[in-house]
Amino acid sequence: MTQDNSPSPSGPSKGLSTSGIGIMPSMAAAGHATAGPDTEASHDRPGYTLCKWVERFMGTPAGQVPVIRTQLDTGDRIATALVRCGINRHRYMVAPGLYAVGQPDAGSEVLVTANFKLTFDHLRTQLPDINAWVLVLDTKGVNVWCAAGKGTFSTGELVRRIAASDLEKIVTHRRLIVPQLGATGISARDVKSRSGFRVVYGPVRASDLPRFLENKRRTDPGMRDVTFTFLERIILTPVEVQIVLKPALLTALVLFILSGIGPGIFSFASAWTRGLTGLGAMAAGILSGAVVTPMLLPFIPVKEFALKGIISGCFAATAFLVALPTSAATFVTGLSLFLFTVAVSSFLAMNFTGTTPFTSPSGVEKEMKRYIPVQLTCLVLSSGFWIYGAF
Amino acid sequence: MKEFRHYEEVSTLVLDKDKCIGCTLCTQVCPHHVFEMADRKAEIVDFNACMECGACVNNCPSGALSVNPGVG
Repeated sequence: MTQDNSPSPSGPSKGLSTSGIGIMPSMAAAGHATAGPDTEASHDRPGYTLCKWVERFMGTPAGQVPVIRTQLDTGDRIATALVRCGINRHRYMVAPGLYAVGQPDAGSEVLVTANFKLTFDHLRTQLPDINAWVLVLDTKGVNVWCAAGKGTFSTGELVRRIAASDLEKIVTHRRLIVPQLGATGISARDVKSRSGFRVVYGPVRASDLPRFLENKRRTDPGMRDVTFTFLERIILTPVEVQIVLKPALLTALVLFILSGIGPGIFSFASAWTRGLTGLGAMAAGILSGAVVTPMLLPFIPVKEFALKGIISGCFAATAFLVALPTSAATFVTGLSLFLFTVAVSSFLAMNFTGTTPFTSPSGVEKEMKRYIPVQLTCLVLSSGFWIYGAF
Repeated sequence: MKEFRHYEEVSTLVLDKDKCIGCTLCTQVCPHHVFEMADRKAEIVDFNACMECGACVNNCPSGALSVNPGVG
């Protein structure tokens, strides 16, 4: 996906892309030179599509650099919504390299970021009145913090990208603004010794960048702290659900088979009717563990995520059983359904530790050691009661 | 972030004050305000907020910090 080695050194290669990154104008439309304004048509190259978010190209001592728009268009917004639902999430990237916003010159700041298009969009929309260079690292389409943790937003990649984009020819100063959360993957001292560029750690959020630059690159108190607000949590829940869909499908298969077991060895009718009931209990668990628990996270008054999931799971299970027609469940099968919902909810809530910005690997390990046995016990008991309930 | 807390006393963060040269980088990169400067040395003021992200360790120029989560 990376366009780093694109074979057109003389041309505007940096903002072009051969593959469908995000939503691109179709090749057919690009081929009709009369259809678009001159500026766009003049950038047409066989085999390439101009990225919609590139406004124009500017000449620099290191060649043509794409100037990016600071406003999202409808295509960007639709793609953002889809990615937030987990669609195309792992292929949503821009070509790494150097870009410009506004009218930067040799004294303008260099803002470093990741090549996840969501990250890139988020950054550029914060910069409408700013003239700066944007150096995009190849993080394989992952956001700054996660990429820093995984080692793709790294000292090595930054140093390589500085050299590949001839940054020292473009700016006279030797200073980079790296997002604070990139520090997990960057050693400022090593960047300095290997590239000559000094790393200044900027704010956590791109929205604080304009103020940070106004402040002469000093942060206000709040700029250095990570937050995890209700909105920040709720926006993550669709992907939490999407991730669980595939394992849920497999579980459903097992569920239908288990549900068919009964006095007549195996009954397809009962596999279907009881299976559907079981599926409902699982859905209640998914809703509770992957949506409700993340949303209500700070309001469920226990520390452990798995326990938060158990608590919200108890409510979800009760609600599900109350909604169920009385003929559908005996006491034993009811107990089985209850335990199933709670186990699913607890497991998914525990899984959410990987999405939160405050749990430590040591803490998560401790929690898993404690709660996986509890969740497994619930599951085994639930299966036992479920089969027993058929006889 | 004070309302978000996980287990206490589980972080593997260690600060060797003797090695600290007072550069303040750890106070800049930590996303949870774990460090503050006192007498030109870094000081851990909120140990339980540490999420072992490693940003401070990576940027400490004098090797005064370490963090060793088992698996990750």
